[in-house]
Formats: sequence, structure tokens, C-alpha cells
Amino acid sequence: MATEARITRHPVLPPLSDNWVKFTFNGREMIGRKGEMVSSAVFAGGEHVFGHHHKDGGPQGLFCANGQCSQCTLIIDGIPLKSCIIPLEEGMVVQSVEGLPSLGDIDPPEVKAPERLETDVLIIGAGPSGISAAMELGRSGYRVVLVDDKDRLGGKLVLQTHKFFGSEQDCRAGVRGTEIASIIAGELKEFQSVDVWLESVVLAVFSDGTLGVRRPDGYKIVKPRQLLVAAGAREKSLPFPGCTLPGVYGAGAFQTLVNRDQIRCSERVFVLGGGNVGLIGAYHAIQAGMTVVGLAEGMDRCGGYKVHADKIARLGVPIYTRHTVLAAHGRESIESVTISAVDENFKPIPGTEKNFKVDTLLVAVGLSSVNEFHAKAVEFGIPSMLTGDSEEIAEASAAMFSGKICGRKIANSLRGETVEIPADWLEKAEVLKSPGGAVSEYRESKQHEGVFPVIHCLQEIPCNPCMTICPKGLIITSGHPVKGLPQYSGGCIGCRKCVAICPGLAITLVDYRKKSEFPTVTVPWELGDWVVEKGQTVTVTEWEGETIGTGTVISLKAAPGFPSTMLLDLEVHRSIANRVAGVRVQKSEVTAPEKTVPELPVADSAIVCRCERVTAGEIRQLLREGVRDMNELKARSRAGFGACGGKTCEILIPRIIRSEGIDPDEITDFTKRPLFAETRLGIFCGREEDE
Amino acid sequence: MMHEVIVIGAGSIGTPVAMSLAERGVKVLVLDSGMSSGQGNNKCAIGGIRATHSDPAKVALSLHSLKTFSTWKQTHGDDIGWFMGGYTFVSYSEEISRSLKSIIPAQQKAGLNISWRSAEEIAEKVPGINRRGLLGGTFSPEDGSASPMESSYAFYRQAVRKGADFHFGETVKSVKSGDVFTVVTEKASYSAEKVINCAGSYAREVGAMVGVDLPVYPDMHEAGITEPVLRFFNPMVVDISRSEGSANYYFYQYSTGQVVFCITPDPPLQGKGREETSVFLPQVAARMVKLYPRLANLKVRRTWRGCYPQTPDGTPIIGQVGPEGFYAAVGMCGQGFMLGPGVGEVVARLVTGESTEEDTMVLNSMRLDRTFAGTEALK
Ligand SMILES: Cc1cc2nc3c(=O)[nH]c(=O)nc-3n(C[C@H](O)[C@H](O)[C@H](O)COP(=O)(O)OP(=O)(O)OC[C@H]3O[C@@H](n4cnc5c(N)ncnc54)[C@H](O)[C@@H]3O)c2cc1C
Ligand SMILES: Cc1cc2nc3c(=O)[nH]c(=O)nc-3n(C[C@H](O)[C@H](O)[C@H](O)COP(=O)(O)OP(=O)(O)OC[C@H]3O[C@@H](n4cnc5c(N)ncnc54)[C@H](O)[C@@H]3O)c2cc1C
Ligand code: FES
Repeated sequence: MATEARITRHPVLPPLSDNWVKFTFNGREMIGRKGEMVSSAVFAGGEHVFGHHHKDGGPQGLFCANGQCSQCTLIIDGIPLKSCIIPLEEGMVVQSVEGLPSLGDIDPPEVKAPERLETDVLIIGAGPSGISAAMELGRSGYRVVLVDDKDRLGGKLVLQTHKFFGSEQDCRAGVRGTEIASIIAGELKEFQSVDVWLESVVLAVFSDGTLGVRRPDGYKIVKPRQLLVAAGAREKSLPFPGCTLPGVYGAGAFQTLVNRDQIRCSERVFVLGGGNVGLIGAYHAIQAGMTVVGLAEGMDRCGGYKVHADKIARLGVPIYTRHTVLAAHGRESIESVTISAVDENFKPIPGTEKNFKVDTLLVAVGLSSVNEFHAKAVEFGIPSMLTGDSEEIAEASAAMFSGKICGRKIANSLRGETVEIPADWLEKAEVLKSPGGAVSEYRESKQHEGVFPVIHCLQEIPCNPCMTICPKGLIITSGHPVKGLPQYSGGCIGCRKCVAICPGLAITLVDYRKKSEFPTVTVPWELGDWVVEKGQTVTVTEWEGETIGTGTVISLKAAPGFPSTMLLDLEVHRSIANRVAGVRVQKSEVTAPEKTVPELPVADSAIVCRCERVTAGEIRQLLREGVRDMNELKARSRAGFGACGGKTCEILIPRIIRSEGIDPDEITDFTKRPLFAETRLGIFCGREEDE
Repeated sequence: MMHEVIVIGAGSIGTPVAMSLAERGVKVLVLDSGMSSGQGNNKCAIGGIRATHSDPAKVALSLHSLKTFSTWKQTHGDDIGWFMGGYTFVSYSEEISRSLKSIIPAQQKAGLNISWRSAEEIAEKVPGINRRGLLGGTFSPEDGSASPMESSYAFYRQAVRKGADFHFGETVKSVKSGDVFTVVTEKASYSAEKVINCAGSYAREVGAMVGVDLPVYPDMHEAGITEPVLRFFNPMVVDISRSEGSANYYFYQYSTGQVVFCITPDPPLQGKGREETSVFLPQVAARMVKLYPRLANLKVRRTWRGCYPQTPDGTPIIGQVGPEGFYAAVGMCGQGFMLGPGVGEVVARLVTGESTEEDTMVLNSMRLDRTFAGTEALK
């Protein structure tokens, strides 16, 4: 019964439940999955515009898909609510918010004081770091309350359908993020003293040593002996004209729609940002059957791991380095995006503009740590620590180690004794954080007989499952055991396990044993068995995506022991066989820019504060008047006064300050105040979430 | 550098005082520890402005203030969020009805537009208010509200336009009297003929610098603001009944749709702290939702805490105190924002020797050498 805007088949994700319910959106009947977020159901019904802003009538839509920004507010059964965190129920009446919502009358409710409770450790965030810390504390018998605002454990892992880096032994390299989430969630169950609160949001740290938590069954006030902030990171964004149009959103929102709720929210995607998040976002889009028309990166090369960049280049995604986005165009939602080349000062170079027809622009320009609870706790004298992305933006693999280490440190400080913290944990936590290193030169294999792997991985990254999986131990390194470049040392038996496990999809197997003129090249395949068929001629590329010829599909089979990974056997001429690294699936016509570039709006019209619709020009004007106190800047522009509490604009305003040539030290920060997320007044006096 | 007047504190009082002085051509310097105008208690005020007090001096000051607030946009152009929604003190008990009703005649006599309204009428003004036990309330349509932050910046800009100097990020450490006053901060030393103490919560400390004991004891109050929604009620709603842990609370819908609210802890919490506590939201929510059920569905956006610079009798201290040329405009309790522009004018006239008859009446009842015995009916 799925509607058009749903993903009906996915190479990795299992199908979701078939429990459909009816609801209405602006009077139109729609169908959605019971329990999925209302925003997703509305997207699936083909509506991306959730209303129009009361200030200037600008169209509003989903932005964070994470309950933090309120951009997705819809009137649900008469009450304005963030639709991205409200589960869909049969018969819901949903309306867009046109201007300010109205507040309906209700009968006098019962009121009661919230429950107060104590615990040894309160952990905010049940991602890999929070869960790892909880397990260590649980092992020592401490009472832990592990709070997460999502409906399942795992944090960002549950959105990651790709195989993770690292090492097999330390952090399950080669396993997909979604699976790692279920594995560690399962392990956590063993620890009786860990109380998991899902769908619960930490709202504030108070000066009386307590934290306020909104749980589905009501508001709770928790007094911990120790706080651990494992709340992850939030996405940064960029101000450019059109940046608030529905269809422009962060990678996290996109992954939530596509990978968690399996919504086919886009047809044509452009990605801004060549870090791992943007690169993987592009890959996830293609897996979901969308076209990625390009990816722009401001620097000379993508900052993410090279294997990620190469992987999407091979599929046919043009990567525009030294480019930025100038504007998103569209009336009610994004219709096209203009990019341009930038000079060494990141200034756009006139005449280099390109415009692409798209319905989605994914902004993946970095993450910033969610650490405000820690800052408050320190201010109020509550013992507190940071772990995972809240401490330093890194990888899930590193987050698990940093969580474990924190767990033990806390255990030690609470009891004043010493549980050992293995020295290699500290080292691993560091190694797993490593960014990509230098890229070595490509050397073509000269072997034209027998069977052997070709390793198209020439950048040092913390990843080594190919070495540990080889049953003969034939893949070795002369460098660091985890980070060193893998090298094939000869003697391959053709088991193809290295091809199947490599998270970077950077290993192929070439087999000359049957046909030496047309050897078989095995490439890893994660796009589903409907994209290619036996006998088909496909375009093959070398490691960085350059087309080098064609090949014929001989077979496409599941790789035993590697869920959702398939192995694609191609017959390829020996002249190119050793260089084949992948198959191109996007034709260059579909990714070509438009012939003309639309007129560009002035850069100062870019909205910096999306809640209050404050432009870069307005902020600039106040700075030029001499305003240097962020409190004043905010009070006078209203930037940061909106629903999200300044989570987006507080990162953008400093950019404008710098671009005005003002020394950031001249600027006084504004005072942060609760709440972390807007919460209905009734919740504080005994009402429950769904009342 | 020599100034005619140094104002200590750019808060609800200091900034309008400086504005009024500058408008009279007085060379004034304002010193404040904060980084811009109104960062002390001023920005913690929720923005209620009423003239309907019971003390004639406060009435006089507030009427001046009301004029400034209500005409600001026409006169100066900036939007300070003024909204004339009126005030209603609601009653659910005979005792409160009696005490509210008892002061109406005097207020009416003073020319204030206030009267007792039936439960029905109150329910019309506050649609959806809990009718169970509602006995009625006072209503004063000409009172209203404005944004304390926007107002403070607007007054500040006007003061600067008229030639006032503001030095932010400077805390006054000592004041020495002599031929002229020497005012020392961590950054510089200034001299002036006259000094005005508008230091809010720190009034007592600043008074002590010249050997005056100003009985100003701040107590702490928390407040919050919600998301904006379409206007559903106009007046500031005040409930002066007591409940466990709290005395009165009040709330209104700001000109752009947000509901702003605060509560008075009982017994009062003395101190200058500005940190949020876990007590506030459950306490205020229970009372607001009981009184006005639909507020249960309104999302709280932000909370904060500030102080009422309280005096023992709930009335400010305004006038010349201690050494000649030293003045105080302090102890504004829960009303400094609404009193600000009025106090600014009275103090400016006092300092320049132009006090009117009405000013003399005001200053007389706000003298430091009073007994501080009485308490105002509606403080
Ligand atoms: C696109 C993408 C690809 C990635 N690929 C890889 C990869 O290949 N390999 C790898 O190792 N890592 C990868 N990562 C990184 C990895 O996902 C993160 O580093 C890791 O999840 C961080 O773990 P964490 O525990 O610190 O935080 P998170 O996993 O972010 O968990 C934090 C949790 O806290 C919750 N939370 C936050 N605030 C509150 C609050 N106030 N109340 C309640 N709950 C709250 C959040 O909702 C979340 O569930 C990727 C990340 C992204 C975005
Ligand atoms: C929750 C709450 C709600 C309120 N609601 C209202 C309301 O609706 N209406 C209303 O009229 N009032 C209200 N008030 C009361 C109002 O906020 C205060 O009465 C008013 O702000 C006091 O003004 P002030 O100028 O005396 O003090 P402040 O505004 O605090 O100004 C004093 C200034 O002096 C500075 N200062 C102090 N010492 C020094 C020094 N040594 N050197 C340099 N600078 C110094 C401080 O930095 C500060 O900026 C409310 C108060 C609170 C807390
Ligand atoms: S999109 Fe729902 S809160 Fe941000």
C-alpha cells in the first residue's frame, strides 16, 4: 500500500512494518505507517511545505528532523507540535501552520508535582559513547540513568547503513552502523543497574544539582552524583540566499528520512560539503535510488576519507572541489542550486557559476559538539564529563573507546578506588580519531595471471578489517597496525572476503584463471540486485571514477556472512582489468548543469536565524552600528530568540563577525538559558507527552 | 575627565535617568559592569507596566512612564513592543476580592481607569480562564506591557544621541567624595560633580562606598517565555493568592504572541543569584495551568532568573543621600522597569534643581529617612 514517495526496496535496509493508518493533511487524506513520525508521513504524501512563517510568509519545512529546531511544526489535532518527533496515529488531523498558530481552549487538567529521583550517574545520550560508558558503569554496579530522546538506542549509528571503519576486534569494523547499534543495545540489556529512558529529553541543568528530563510519562527531576554528557553533535549550516527553503537540510535530517523512515524524499540531490558526512550522505542517496547531481567542497580535496569520495565518484557523482553554493532557488521549495568556483580566499569567482536542477540540497559542512549541559553543570558545581562527539567530533569507533574510558573514570571517582583503564584503550581512542593521511601514488598491478586482490586504498585511515579477515593473513602493512596502508603479499586463494568486508569498497579481486584475455573482476556491490542484470554491459571506472571501458555482468550474488553486501562479477578485458574499481551508474547527462544560471539574490539576503527570519544583512548592519555584545545583537535583531534557542545562528553569526573584520575577542557571548527543547507548560505539572 | 554627573548602573533606572539628564543638556557618564544597556535585572523583568498602584507616588511615576512607553514609537521610531492590554487582578476568594476592592476608590479618585469586573467580564477578557470559583477581578484597560530589552536599548540610543557617554564592562570599585567625586573602576578613574547610584541589586554596596546604608535586599525570582501564538488574551493577569512555596504570579501575552510569566517564591529567597532552579517550572506551571487551562499546551521556550531589589516596605528610595551631590534611585522592587522613565525624569529634575510640586510629593514618600514600616497593598 506504500505511496510513491516511499522507498519500496533498499539494498541494505529491511522493509518496515506494514501497519498503515489514515490521516489528513490540510483536509487531504493521506496514508502513513502507524508510529512513524508525522513529518515523514507528510513527506511520503508528497508535501514538503509545512507552512509559512508569520514574519515574512517564507515557506517552512523540515530542517533537523531531530526535534531541535521547530521548523517542522504542524498543527496536529489542534495543537502546534514538532511533527518530526510525534508518532503518527490513525485519524490524526494535521494542518500546516500559516502564520502564527492559535491555541485552543481545553478543560482544566489535573495538576501534580513532578517526581524527583536520585541516581549515581545520569548519562545524556545513548549513542555509542553513552552506551559504552553505561556498560562500564553497569559492570561496576552503579545506578545509571541513560537518557536519549530517540525511540531506540544507538544515537547516530541507527542512521548509518554503511560499514564502519576501525578494526574488527576493537570496534566491529566492516559491520554496518545500524547493526552495531543493535549489537551494543543488546549487550547493554545485561546490566541490571542501567535504567534506559528512551524518548526522553534532558531539558535543563539546574543550579540545585538536578536535571529536568521530559519522559513520555511525565516530567522527572533527577539528581545524579555525576553527569556524563554524551549528547553527540549538531550539524552546522551555511547562510546563503534560499538556505531556508524546504528541501535544503542537513545530512542528519536526510539520513533520518531516508535510512530510518525510508522516505523517498528526493529525486535529485546536490551535496554541499566533502567531509565524511556529505560523502556518505551522497552514497546513501544513491542507495535509496536517487540521483546525486554533484557535490561541492570548498577545499582542494574532500576532507572526508578518500575511499568515501572515490566510491561516489565511481558511481558517477561529479565532485566540484574549490566550489561553494551561492544560492538555492525556488518559490515554495528548492528548485535549483547555483554553485561557483572560489579563489584562495574562498571568494566566489564570477563567471564560474553553474546551476543544477535539484529538489534537495544536503548541507554537510561540519558538526559542532553538543556540550552546553556540561558547561552549565560545571558552572553549578555538578561533577560532569564529556564523551564521544560531545567532547570531540570523531568517529563512532573512537566514541566507544572514549565512552568506556569515561565510564571507568567515573567509576573510580565515585568510589575512590581504581578500576584499571587499559593503556591500549587510550591509544586506540586516539588512533580511531585520526583523519585521513597523505595519499600514496597509484601503482598498477603488473600481474596478469592467477587470482589476487587489488587494493584501491591509498590513504592512511584507521581501518584494517581486510588484514584481519584474510584467512591466510596475506594482507599486511608495513606501517601502523590499524592505520597503515594494506598491501597484498601474494598467495591469494580467491575467497573474496576482503572484497566483501572493506568498508571503503576499495578492494576488487581479479581472476585470470579461467579466461586470461577476459578475466573476471569481482567488485563489491551495495545498490541492490535490481540495478544491474546478468549479461548487461556496464561502464567501468578506475579507482577515482575515471571511465576506462566496459564490462559484462556475469553474476551478482550475496556475499555469505556479510549482510546486504553483494559481489558483482564482471568480465573485463585484461588491458583494464587490474584497474577496474567500480561500475558507473549515473550517466553524465543526468548530472550536467543547466544551460543558464538564474539571477542571483544579494548575499546579504541570506537568512541567518531561521526561527525569526533574520538576514545576514540585518546582523551586518548592527555590527556596523558598533554593537559588540551578543546579548544586544540578539535582542535587537531577534536572532536566536526563536524556537531552537540559537542552536543554528550562534554558529553562523560569528562567521559574519569575522567577515566584517571584527576581532572575535571584542564580542561578548550571550548568556545561555534553558530549555534545551521547547516543552509544553503542562508537562511540568503532571501532564503526559501524548495528552 | 570631568563629568557633571556619573550614573552608576545602566539598568531599568540608570539608562532612563541618563537619558533624561542628557535631554536636559547635562554631561553625563554611565558606568556599568555589563556589556550593554539593561543586562542586570532589567532584562529579567517580564515587561508589565501599570499605573494602577495604591501609593500616589508610584502612581505619579508610572503615569509619566506610561506616557513615555506608549508614545515612544511615534516619537522616536523604534518598536519597543508597547501593547495596551490592560491589567487584571483576578480573585478566587472573598478575602482577595475584599482587599482588591478596598483600594479601588482611592485609585479612581487619583484618576486611574480601574474598576471591579464580574467573573463573566473577566472571562471575556481572558477567554477560557478557569471559571470554577472565579469571583471577578479588577480591570485597568490603560495599563500594558513592553519589552524591557528593546526599551532599554531604545532609551540608551536616545541618551547617546543626546550626548550621554556609556562605558560598559566597568565595575565601580570605589567612590570618594570631596570637592568633586572620584569614581574608580578597574579600568579608570573619573571625576564628577554629582553621582547617582542606580546599581539595582548592588545598591547597598555602592551606597556603602560613601558611607550610606541603603536598605536594599535583592530577592530572586524566576521567569519564562513561551513560543508565540495568535493573540488569545490581552491583559496582564495577576493572581495574588498564595500557594505552597509561592505568593503571587503574573503573565501576559507579549506584542508578538509569546506568553511571558513569573512567580514570587514564598518565603522570599534572598540573594543575587541568577541561576535557574528546578523548582520554578513545576511551581509556576501548576498555578498557571489551573488558572488558565489552555496554557498547558503552550510550549515554554526559555527561562531565567533575576532579582527584585527589595526594600523593607516595598517602596523605592529616591533622593539625595549621604554626601552632598550623591543621589540614590534604588530599591525598585518588582517595579523598576515600569517606574524607570518616570524615575528618570524626577531624578533629572532633582539633580538640575527643577523639581516640581508633584516631584516633591514623590520624593518625600521615597525618602531614605522614612520608617520603612508600611507595606503597599499591591507591591
Ligand atoms: C553521515 C555520518 C556518517 C558516519 N560514518 C561513520 C563511520 O563510517 N564510522 C564511524 O566510526 N563513525 C561514523 N560517523 C560518526 C558517528 O556516527 C559518531 O561519531 C558517533 O555516533 C558519535 O557517538 P556519540 O555517542 O558521541 O553521539 P551520538 O551517536 O550522536 O549520540 C548522541 C545521542 O544523544 C541524544 N541526545 C542529544 N541531546 C539530548 C538531550 N538533550 N536529551 C536526550 N538525548 C539527547 C541524541 O539524540 C543521540 O541519540 C558518522 C556520522 C555521520 C553523521
Ligand atoms: C522575574 C522578574 C520579573 C519582573 N517583572 C517586572 C515587570 O513586569 N515590571 C517591572 O516594572 N519590573 C519587573 N521586575 C523588576 C525589575 O526588573 C527591577 O525592578 C528593575 O530591573 C530594577 O532596575 P534597576 O535599574 O534598579 O536595576 P538593574 O536593572 O539591575 O540595573 C542595575 C545596573 O547596575 C549595574 N551595576 C551594579 N553595581 C555596579 C557597579 N559597582 N559598577 C558598575 N555597574 C554596576 C548592573 O550591572 C546593572 O546593569 C521584574 C523582575 C524580575 C526578576
Ligand atoms: S525538523 Fe523537527 S524539530 Fe527540527
